[in-house]
Amino acid sequence: MARMKFLCDADRCIECNACVTACKNEHEVPWGINRRRVVTINDGKPGERSISMACMHCTDAPCAAVCPVNCFYTTADGVVLHSKDLCIGCGYCFYACPFGAPQYPKVGNFGSRGKMDKCTYCAGGPEADGSKEEYEKYGANRLAEGKLPLCAEMCSTKSLLAGDGEIIAQIYKERVTKRGYGSGAWGWKTAYRETIES
Amino acid sequence: MAFFGKFLRLVLGACAFLLIIATSTPSGAQQVNPTASSVKEQQLLQELNRVQGRVSIPDQRSGVLEQPAGRDWREFRNVTLRWIGGIAILGMLAVLVIFYLSRGMVRLESGRSGRSIVRFTAFERFVHWMTATCFIILAISGLNITFGRPLLLPLIGFEAFSEWSQWAKYAHNYLSFPFTIGVVLIFLMWIVGNIPNKVDVDWLKRGGGLVGHDHPPAYRFNAGQKAIYWIVVIGGAAVAGTGYELMFPFYLSGIEGMQLAEIVHSVVAVLFVAAMLAHIYIGTVGMEGAFEAMGSGTVDINWAKEHHRLWLEEENARTGANDARPQPAATAAE
Repeated sequence: MARMKFLCDADRCIECNACVTACKNEHEVPWGINRRRVVTINDGKPGERSISMACMHCTDAPCAAVCPVNCFYTTADGVVLHSKDLCIGCGYCFYACPFGAPQYPKVGNFGSRGKMDKCTYCAGGPEADGSKEEYEKYGANRLAEGKLPLCAEMCSTKSLLAGDGEIIAQIYKERVTKRGYGSGAWGWKTAYRETIES
Repeated sequence: MAFFGKFLRLVLGACAFLLIIATSTPSGAQQVNPTASSVKEQQLLQELNRVQGRVSIPDQRSGVLEQPAGRDWREFRNVTLRWIGGIAILGMLAVLVIFYLSRGMVRLESGRSGRSIVRFTAFERFVHWMTATCFIILAISGLNITFGRPLLLPLIGFEAFSEWSQWAKYAHNYLSFPFTIGVVLIFLMWIVGNIPNKVDVDWLKRGGGLVGHDHPPAYRFNAGQKAIYWIVVIGGAAVAGTGYELMFPFYLSGIEGMQLAEIVHSVVAVLFVAAMLAHIYIGTVGMEGAFEAMGSGTVDINWAKEHHRLWLEEENARTGANDARPQPAATAAE
């Protein structure tokens, strides 16, 4: 089985936010929630870089480890998903997550955070693949249809890569070799405890 | 000759041009290396332990790209806290059981007099029991968050455990309000009488009557009760403050602040539970005649004499009663 990962080639990202928009549209993500976002570091200064970030689907995911009701599970493809039926909206995954992925619909901060929502790697949730219930809770299940996450699929500069970790790492390595530079696979060390040597 | 010279110049010039191109190509590529000055993830993480930038979406808090501190918090929550909580609570239970088996109930040595004195008014008892009820529910629902997954979930299954935890979370959040009010009222109504003084030193030196059969004098509250009072006031303030910080995310602090708040909240809470176990013990099976103080609100005169002699003397002086039969005679005369 593949081990699905995301890789953002920061030297290619032009901060167009198309991945953000594609994600919101594909999954009809509620207002106020962004499963993916583009963060620009050192904005306007020399060496500025933009990185598109969502749930990294960590190895040994911290969210899953701290969840008091154990509502997370990792699929055979290495995608970290959760059950909104089991989630109690306590906020613990959100304290533990290194990437700010878990978010809560504003049902009101007063004691009720609502069910957690995060990037599903376009792989839905525990419901039957492609079912109406699955779509309403988690959005589209593209992976079940044999497609990769839409954010990466439609990235105009092919900065954002999705797919099997070894393959996208290879693509990135070749890019770095060919062009002679690369600012690294952002978040990989934190998410997967490994990085791409180049 | 002039022609040859021209030709030589051309050849030399071409060679020099080729040489310049040949040598300059690799160094030229390095000069345009755009990563030379670019931001580096590991460097940023080493400097601040987080990576932050600008986002163009309305949620400005999502500008934090990476905060690996979540991993340290995870270690605390899943390992450290379970050890602290387990040792504090099970340790306290073990101490209480051993103490009960070796010392037994602290008896009323002079027996019951049959006469009683008011110790806590109806309002005081209401505040005590409101706070106590909230505390027990808060403690159980809070311990569920830390210990429920390894202990209770395997027994009742995912759906039932989630349903119970959801209600427990609601209870935990909403009952925090009456609990906080209770702590504030406790602070205000019993602050007089809970300021430590010299009598407490003597009381502590004599083991508070718990060790042996001594009865060191005490005013309305002895040193042990004062300790409980300050644990409730300070511990209660700490859990309430940090709890509200977590209930209203981003109003008071960012994510690191919330991680810290959860650490303070949970450590204070498990120690608080351990302290309250001792309080419950001494107020029920640990001491004869103690529960009625908070139950009916009155205690036997002999109980007051043995455990709070100075308070009884104060009360008698205040009501003008001497030691012997005050109330029954007075009512009979009317």
